Amino acid sequence: MLEDKDRIFTNLYGFDGWNLAAARRRGVWDGTGDIIKKGQPWVVEETKNSGLRGRGGAGFPTGMKWSFMPKPSDKPHYLLVNADESEPGTCKDRDILRYDPHRLLEGVLIAAFAINAHTAYIYVRGEYYNEASHLQQAIDEAYSYGLLGKNACGSGWDCDVYLHRGAGAYVCGEETALMESLEGKKGQPRNKPPFPAGAGLYSCPTTINNVETIASVPEILRRGATWFSGFGRPKNNGTKLFSISGHVEQPCNVEEAMSIPLKELVEKHAGGVRGGWDNLLAIIPGGSSTPILPREICDTVLMDFDALREVRSGLGTAAVIVMDKSTDVIYAIARLAKFYMHESCGQCTPCREGTAWLWRMMQRMVRGDATVAEIDQLLDVTKEIEGHTICAFGDGAVWPVQGLIRHFKPQMIERIEQYRKIAKAA
Amino acid sequence: MNISKSSESFTFTPENLARAEKIVAKYPEGRQASAVLPLLDMAQRQSGNWLPQAALDYVADYLQMPPIRVYEVASFYTMFNLKPVGEHFVQVCTTTPCWLRGSDGIVGACKKKLGIGPGESTADGKFTVVEVECMGACVNAPMVQINDDYYEDLSPELMEKILDDLAAGRKPPPGSQTGRRGSCAQNGPTSLKEKAKSDA
Repeated sequence: MLEDKDRIFTNLYGFDGWNLAAARRRGVWDGTGDIIKKGQPWVVEETKNSGLRGRGGAGFPTGMKWSFMPKPSDKPHYLLVNADESEPGTCKDRDILRYDPHRLLEGVLIAAFAINAHTAYIYVRGEYYNEASHLQQAIDEAYSYGLLGKNACGSGWDCDVYLHRGAGAYVCGEETALMESLEGKKGQPRNKPPFPAGAGLYSCPTTINNVETIASVPEILRRGATWFSGFGRPKNNGTKLFSISGHVEQPCNVEEAMSIPLKELVEKHAGGVRGGWDNLLAIIPGGSSTPILPREICDTVLMDFDALREVRSGLGTAAVIVMDKSTDVIYAIARLAKFYMHESCGQCTPCREGTAWLWRMMQRMVRGDATVAEIDQLLDVTKEIEGHTICAFGDGAVWPVQGLIRHFKPQMIERIEQYRKIAKAA
Repeated sequence: MNISKSSESFTFTPENLARAEKIVAKYPEGRQASAVLPLLDMAQRQSGNWLPQAALDYVADYLQMPPIRVYEVASFYTMFNLKPVGEHFVQVCTTTPCWLRGSDGIVGACKKKLGIGPGESTADGKFTVVEVECMGACVNAPMVQINDDYYEDLSPELMEKILDDLAAGRKPPPGSQTGRRGSCAQNGPTSLKEKAKSDA
């Protein structure tokens, strides 16, 4: 098990204060100016060498993303922090915003410097009202102590940081939708290219990173790349926040080493599956978009990018949703189909129409009011959506259904047969 | 989309006008449309948790945006109410992580106490109940958001008590209703135990 001395998020549960004095006691804002004085190439290289991959779901190497930013020109550069945490199962960034906002702000300054940005916007989902309030107070505190603003931390770098609250739209967690939203429009994703590093917010070079990613950076640079890369398997380095929800004895968030076995994570930190591991039906390992895994796979799979990809799922946001044997797994996935229908931005026809199709078909699958051939038709519909949309929302919307069919088709058939038996008897 | 006309006109209060100026200043010159979400939020708070057309038009005018652009935004984002809602706006999350932990029972508790289902308001205008998608508090499921506050780790009984308190004019303390600290395990943390001790 990861030791406390190696944990980045030492105030995950808010046992300590979230204001500047308390954050400083935890080592936040310690030597930030000196880190910046080591120069941009050092910051980017060290981040690359740490193996840090984006914590928002896609897992793109952070240092490499930063290195895509162009050389300074007359156009301003922007850093955007994605705090639009909305992937069902995921509630880790919330703890950073409400209990450790200064750790995030320190990371914002360093990341802004790394990409030549003097302006950063933190886009917080609108529902996180109280969390945003902590963050705004932390920003004000940081300004008044010279940690942000002109010559931030005495580093010579000017950095303005602004909070921007969203207003309820899952799709705004998609990076280009977030930019549209920040520009005052509907949150509808843009076509790529151009990529944000070329033309992002206000058509200017932009980098966008997740809250946890940015908040991890200062500690990585203080302790060194090799400290961070010492955790997890190669290419899956570091420590990570996990959210464990659903049918466990003790739902919780926890920071652990990457590549921890899923079973160990659930048993050590969440008190195990309700009724014991043998009562486990299935787990969604990385937030709603990642395909569900049946118990056999959960027995041995590791929680990292590569191991979960090998079993045709994903680490996503590392939000573990546990279902015990009492679960109607068909409804559990149908409810996710409803979520995606509700949240589709409506821009691309396959997604707008397709997600509604999925929800309608899934409702019949829940009742069993379908034919066995329609299960294959359902799979066909998912293939018509997947890869045919501007953004990854369409893919994320169909993967849960595909996972259900892959692993629980016999249960779906059984439901249909039962329904027919009852219909016949009537 | 249906935008509700109200006969009254809308203007920001002097305090909100000062706030609006500060908000617009966060964005580069000529990019004042960026302030549309925060300004709509402020307008909604000022007009009793909903946005009549007069408020939308006022914000459009203030930001020099065509009104249709503001209507588009107001109807795209779920947090903007285009119809009046009750004094206590109860949003019950029923997405899968909350459903697994019993959100059906929370919807049921609202129905039992208030006599209304999702999408309905009580006749006295005190309560509106809606079903919402994931609020991002999944390890503290099931949960509801009432106005700005999250109420977490609910059971039907705890939900009924919250509704009783609100009906009686009391505001129950938000957050976990079973005494948990944040996302820490109910039985105490499995990590950061030293901090927990010094806290106690």
